Amino acid sequence: MAQAPALPRGFELPLEPRLPRIGSVDQVAVEERADALARRSIKRESKLFALELAVRMMDLTTLEGADTPGKIAALCSKAMRPDPSDLTVPPVAAVCVYPNLVPHALERLEGSGVKVASVATAFPSGQSPIEVKLEETARVAELGADEIDMVIDRGAFLSGNYARVYDEVRRVKEACGEARLKVILETGELGTYDNVRRASLLAIAGGADFVKTSTGKIQPAATLPVTLVMLEAIRDVHEETGRRIGMKPAGGIRTAKQAVQHLVLLHETLGPEWLTPDLFRFGASTLLNDVLLQIRKERTGRYQSPDYFTID
Amino acid sequence: MADLERRQDRSPVPSAFEYAAAPESREIVRLEERYGLFVGGEWVEPRSGEFHPTVSPATEEPLAEVAYGGAEDVDLAVAAAREAFDDGWSGLPASERAKYLFRVARILQERSREFAVLESLDGGKPIRESRDVDLPLSAAHFFYYAGWADKLEYAFPNRTPRPVGVAGQVIPWNFPLLMLSWKIAPALAAGNTVVLKPAETTPLTALLFCDVLRQAELPPGVVNIVTGDGRAGAELVKHPDVDKVAFTGSTEVGKAIQKAVAGTGKKLTLELGGKAANIIFDDAALDQAVEGIVNGIYFNQGHVCCAGSRLFVQESIYEATIAKLKRRMGTLRVGDPLDKNTDVGAINSQQQLEKIKELVATGEQEGAEIYQPPCRLPEKGWWFAPTVFTNVAQSYRIAQEEIFGPVLSVLTFRTPDEAVEKANNTPYGLSAGVWTEKGSRILSLAQRLRAGVIWANTYNRFDPASPFGGYKESGFGREGGLHGLEPYLRFDE
Repeated sequence: MAQAPALPRGFELPLEPRLPRIGSVDQVAVEERADALARRSIKRESKLFALELAVRMMDLTTLEGADTPGKIAALCSKAMRPDPSDLTVPPVAAVCVYPNLVPHALERLEGSGVKVASVATAFPSGQSPIEVKLEETARVAELGADEIDMVIDRGAFLSGNYARVYDEVRRVKEACGEARLKVILETGELGTYDNVRRASLLAIAGGADFVKTSTGKIQPAATLPVTLVMLEAIRDVHEETGRRIGMKPAGGIRTAKQAVQHLVLLHETLGPEWLTPDLFRFGASTLLNDVLLQIRKERTGRYQSPDYFTID
Repeated sequence: MADLERRQDRSPVPSAFEYAAAPESREIVRLEERYGLFVGGEWVEPRSGEFHPTVSPATEEPLAEVAYGGAEDVDLAVAAAREAFDDGWSGLPASERAKYLFRVARILQERSREFAVLESLDGGKPIRESRDVDLPLSAAHFFYYAGWADKLEYAFPNRTPRPVGVAGQVIPWNFPLLMLSWKIAPALAAGNTVVLKPAETTPLTALLFCDVLRQAELPPGVVNIVTGDGRAGAELVKHPDVDKVAFTGSTEVGKAIQKAVAGTGKKLTLELGGKAANIIFDDAALDQAVEGIVNGIYFNQGHVCCAGSRLFVQESIYEATIAKLKRRMGTLRVGDPLDKNTDVGAINSQQQLEKIKELVATGEQEGAEIYQPPCRLPEKGWWFAPTVFTNVAQSYRIAQEEIFGPVLSVLTFRTPDEAVEKANNTPYGLSAGVWTEKGSRILSLAQRLRAGVIWANTYNRFDPASPFGGYKESGFGREGGLHGLEPYLRFDE
């Protein structure tokens, strides 16, 4: 078994000593597997379980140039009490906002248990000098964000400069202090599943607490096969080192059905241990209301008009 | 700065994500209490007078009484087929024959849910497979051969293709409707008429198919279905007025058929057993290869003649592969075939279960290490947990004989040459799988593996356009594709 994996250029730089083999991903087969898992029939109590879990795992997100304190206030209210008419619906895991709005979010969410996540490192492109990214990360941490979502430098990755990508993740992680670091790979720009796997392992080696698919600014974003590839990388790291890394698909997940499909993928790839907001999040802006609609449908047997659910 | 401790998520960690039962409804299938034989477009009482129940292997519940045809019944069916052949079918414009086949294909698609439920009910395979594999492929075969019916002269240029006459076809119980389609579609496209004998444990979809034939208004006698056991099959094969014999089943029976047919001038194709090698190289995409291993051996409970029942893993990745495989086996859901989430269904018959148990026992005696994931099997019915044997030597019975169940034997190799040598070291030669990221290696192995079908980075994929058949004791002749037409044609050169 003790065979040294063949390392692509750049990978031979200081990585964790026990990183799993980089390996490769077969496109046809991984898409087939994701498709097969998406066909699981999740009904009744198992569906309700999945829907409530999806709410507890949600990072309710707004990352717009037009975001204002007022918009954030509304979002935070929704985050704490997603369905005012059904108080058994739990609060979401976190809200995710731009750095300038972190103080407003913190104020609104005080004492609620809902965390505040923010983006840093020249989100969404990551095309800025490393010093700027580190400074930004440190400032976001100072502002009090519990979680920081960074982007990898895809320009560096795609030109084969893996060492630089690794190095940035490592230094941003240091700058995060106590905040948890989610590393956005922007899989829609990586082009192949092989690259998704490499970038995942690179980010994890650099110290990521979570790996995240997308910024939400690029299509395609989170697809089931991409999530599966990343979950498999997480699984290999766990088996090799015992480290538990979280996963966050973000962008493009709009319906409760898609959310349940992701949870099935998670459940069958990493097992029940990973079914917790500590290790899995959905990054979404419009998913929540569909999940709420489906929860109410499961409870009452009837679909309600979307007008019964507040828009933020 | 916010108090991180206070912000910790306090929601309880869920213990498990159990999937609620999601059974497909049986209501869509209406079964008769008793089925006769389908001869000359009519339901007839068997002259043999014999009826036996067919049961659901998942519950042992009897589903219907089915006739067991005898020599006289086979004789009548062959006579009906001969009459239909002489009386118009062979002389029908080919485009008209095609219309009937297209019609059958469309009706199969329309009624696919009904057929899928019945296939799972009678045979024990998971509804996921009958719905997503058996039915779409059955319809695809009819569509595919319908397309060839009026193009035979282009298929075989400068030769004059003519139908052979009456085809006697005997099919197995692992893919009842699909094997029926593999047999009937090319036979009719080429202008032959057919007497088909379904397997004794899974006759119901063939009997429901008679309803499709009537709906399609296929002329009477073009397709005749004689249910029964091995006796009916033997009568059909040796019947003097049968021009062409096609058999899919065990190598043992195949050999007997070849003896019976010897010297009669009947055309013969045999699709028999297998003990396929699934070869994983150290550069393969490992997680997907593990999926391929699982799909190769646990698909249809391993009741697959081309199942990847011998796994060859390159030694450098042996431990990682086995660890991943065992983990994956733990997520297989064994149980009610009609549940949409079931991955592994029931063993087709008591007899088959005994055979699997016997071979598994020899594996343990010979010193192989057995692993079965924890899974609760239903009390009633015939079940066998997904099984993998490690530490298997090439000489063990479990590495040599076809088990035809969810049992995988794992062997290792060091170099591509050794993989080829070991893979070919079997009397069978039906199929093989190669998993590697290296294209040149795929091509070189495909040249050197003595197997009729070779899958690269996938397993158990079928397509009507692709010929399927074996080397050595896995049989001869090809089904599917252009090659699949030839056995049903004669050529006046």
